[in-house]
Amino acid sequence: MPNPARKGVVSFIGSKLKEDEKVKVLSSLSGGALILKPCGEMDEYSAPSARAACDELIARAPAARKVIVDLSGMTFMDSSGIGFLIGRYKKARAAGKAMYVSSPDLAADKVLSLSGVYSLIPRADK
Amino acid sequence: MTDNYLKLEFLSLACNQAFARDAVAAFCVYKNPSLSVISDIKTAVSEAVANCAVHAYGGEAGPVMVECDMQGDLLHISVTDRGRGIEDVQKALQPFYTTLPGDERSGMGFTIMQTFMDEFSVQSQRGEGTVVRMAKQLNAEVENV
Repeated sequence: MPNPARKGVVSFIGSKLKEDEKVKVLSSLSGGALILKPCGEMDEYSAPSARAACDELIARAPAARKVIVDLSGMTFMDSSGIGFLIGRYKKARAAGKAMYVSSPDLAADKVLSLSGVYSLIPRADK
Repeated sequence: MTDNYLKLEFLSLACNQAFARDAVAAFCVYKNPSLSVISDIKTAVSEAVANCAVHAYGGEAGPVMVECDMQGDLLHISVTDRGRGIEDVQKALQPFYTTLPGDERSGMGFTIMQTFMDEFSVQSQRGEGTVVRMAKQLNAEVENV
């Protein structure tokens, strides 16, 4: 597996991708923010592994005050992405962390806007 | 009048969701639709096929049929299963309604299909299955952004 740290990820602390996982999740810590970057396609098939990977990375960063889910690596997202984000929002809030989302492409932004996700999880980049 | 036609039949395995949406997108490419239109179609097909796997067959493998019928610049899509059917279609169409709230499901699948496509209907019979019919204008002057 290539080392994502060599691809310019600042403060890279880990990634999660096992053989049965379909979405690779990169993570980094920056200024008290845990940045999670799922990469790939988010659908019914891949969402469970993305959830598990993100939950583990959130649990491994107890000092982070907020979680930012960077969607710039997502090449497709349907409504399973809504469930994924709201599920992580609940976990982050239970751990006392704020949660934000950043860099959705136009298609993901359309799905998230339609569902009202931004009222719970604001954009970090706007 | 039909000027092109595609028929796919596959099992309702979650791994076939990407296959179905990519195949339908590839079918449309010769009409040179915008990326936004292709994206809408892929998302709607993905939702319909996911419903077959999750709801119609409850995680078991069953047959799913996707048909595409091109009539000029209007693409008609139907997604058919022979699963358990929908108990109350009107309720299922409501935004955020889900029968599986514990699975981190948003209940937005049908709403996304309705919003992203130009035409949408659901026909379902308990114990016999469901047909979702959708249509999208591929070269609309004003896109549904």
